[in-house]
Amino acid sequence: MEPTIIQQAMMGFQSFSGYIYPNEYELQWSLLIVLYPYLTGLVAGAFILASLERVFRVTVILPVYRLSLLTALAFLIVAPMPLFAHLGHPERALEMLWTPHLQSAMAMFGFVYAWYLLVVLLLEIWFDFRKDIVMYSKNSRGLKKYFYLLLTLGSTDISEEALRFDNKMCKFITVMGIPSAFLLHGYVGFIFGSIKANPWWSSVLMPIVFLFSAIVSGIALMILIYMVTTLFRWKKIDMGCLNKLAEFLFYTMIVDFSLELLDFIHRLYESEESIHILSQLITNRLFVSLIVTQIFLGSIVPILGLIVGRFGKLPDELRRIVYFLSAVLVQVGIFSIRWNVVIGGQLFSKSLRGLTVYKVQLLGLEGLLMTVFLLILPLFILYGIVKILPPWTDSELEVHK
Amino acid sequence: MKKENKKHLGRRQFLKKCAKAVCTGLLLSFVEFKNVWAKQVGNGDKSAERKYAMGIDIHKCIGCGRCADACKKENKVPREPHYFRTWIERYIVPIKGEPVVDSPNGGIDGFPELKGDKGILKMFFVPKLCNHCAHPPCVQVCPVGATFTSRDGVVLVDPKYCVGCRYCIQACPYGARYMHPEKHVADKCTFCYHRITKGLLPACVEVCPTKARIFGEVDNPTSPIRRFARLHTITVLKPSLNTEPMVLYAGAEGMVR
Repeated sequence: MEPTIIQQAMMGFQSFSGYIYPNEYELQWSLLIVLYPYLTGLVAGAFILASLERVFRVTVILPVYRLSLLTALAFLIVAPMPLFAHLGHPERALEMLWTPHLQSAMAMFGFVYAWYLLVVLLLEIWFDFRKDIVMYSKNSRGLKKYFYLLLTLGSTDISEEALRFDNKMCKFITVMGIPSAFLLHGYVGFIFGSIKANPWWSSVLMPIVFLFSAIVSGIALMILIYMVTTLFRWKKIDMGCLNKLAEFLFYTMIVDFSLELLDFIHRLYESEESIHILSQLITNRLFVSLIVTQIFLGSIVPILGLIVGRFGKLPDELRRIVYFLSAVLVQVGIFSIRWNVVIGGQLFSKSLRGLTVYKVQLLGLEGLLMTVFLLILPLFILYGIVKILPPWTDSELEVHK
Repeated sequence: MKKENKKHLGRRQFLKKCAKAVCTGLLLSFVEFKNVWAKQVGNGDKSAERKYAMGIDIHKCIGCGRCADACKKENKVPREPHYFRTWIERYIVPIKGEPVVDSPNGGIDGFPELKGDKGILKMFFVPKLCNHCAHPPCVQVCPVGATFTSRDGVVLVDPKYCVGCRYCIQACPYGARYMHPEKHVADKCTFCYHRITKGLLPACVEVCPTKARIFGEVDNPTSPIRRFARLHTITVLKPSLNTEPMVLYAGAEGMVR
């Protein structure tokens, strides 16, 4: 009797099959490299969400505007860490900045990152919070006063004219920041999409798919963070804001899902030399992470959830639960996408004749524990940043009774 | 007042000197700046150009594995079975269906005997190594320029510069690169660069008992590789990827990849 797809999937996790080049037994990019596009995606997504308020004047999402900026910063700080931890010679990492090879997509990482962190994100946050920082430095005492004074960078003028200038600058940086966010994550997609040796990666759609999945993950993350923070602050959730976020999440998910479907159909229709090994890859090695987790649990279920939550007639409490669960599933789905790209692309041989296996380590620099640590770390950093620069807008505050 | 003036003057002089130093530093750094970018050297010097290539005659290879063994010894490649600068594949082509390929320990210990040859159309051996492509994807992607093409067309890795990001290993379509387990840098065939620059043959070519491997300068009319290319129908691996390999195969069918 022929083994079922699920049996094949189970067998697939246990052994090599077919022929793989001898140098391919060791997988080159591990769980940490799955984490890298996942984290940068969250950064780009959170920033683009923030820019909706600033540039496109979607004022209803004002409660998450500043929080999104700080979230983007917290995740951006952690984003290069998995890359450093993964290098064979981390001590030589800065050579990419000092002596970059300009033809290499990877060499651009330092510049894209520095641009995004220093020019876009930090500058925008500074201009946006400058008035608050000056007020804190005036109203605090002791070390705290000097700390905030340091953060003002000597610019303590909060006259109306100065604030108008801040506002203008903020808008200008955000306008610049949108293509920068596109660049940041589109670039990460390009790193994979430009590898012609790998038929699973090599696709012109890769940067665009990465970009939209980034926006999806960023919005879903902000829904989660907004809900959790309001809960812990004992405040009432602004349902108008939450509904709008869910709406945006739904629209971007439709675009993202359509793009992925297009990529899939295109590959199937072109049916190139690699199609046999790629179909084996999907039915055998990636069945759980692609069909079950990415497509079903990570895309279809949350899309249905968002339709019911946003457009159905539900009481607010139930609506919040539906949104929350959908956003959690979206995160699982997006992580699966990163896994399926990074790990999936290495599970078949470039001889196109065999499949290999990946065993996740528990300990060590590239292990599971390290990954979990790097996933949680941005949340702690965010907690710290929020303590220093509270992003809450007081008008929305209402004591939850 | 006078004292203050003197002090002022001193400060001004100091600032002037500082400004001069900064300007000089900036100018100097601009002069050197263009040398910072990692780039290929030797392109302009056509007179020194020699292009090496290797020819592989599939009909002559008997799969003895001496080449892969000699390579490991000559280049101190780790003996573990999953690190190879060169290896041999065996293609078993059935009368019906897809060919079966194997390469136990890279072919160093030979190949297990096939029990019964019913249903087998033919069988042959294919030695593999870095293709020293004229358009090497590995060189293109290296973020620091640690992997580069030498002026004689040999693709090399500078182990003192490689950051170990493994991007080149991903970009190589031929599986010819591996991460050195002790040095933590990318490693691959160099055409035995330390030997060929002294006029010797690569170790794998030297030990091949059937002369299945041929090596020489492409541009030299009396070179063995020119004769090899003249007498055989030549193919390269994965030509659709436009890498322009410098390892030329005679007798490799389309199924070889």
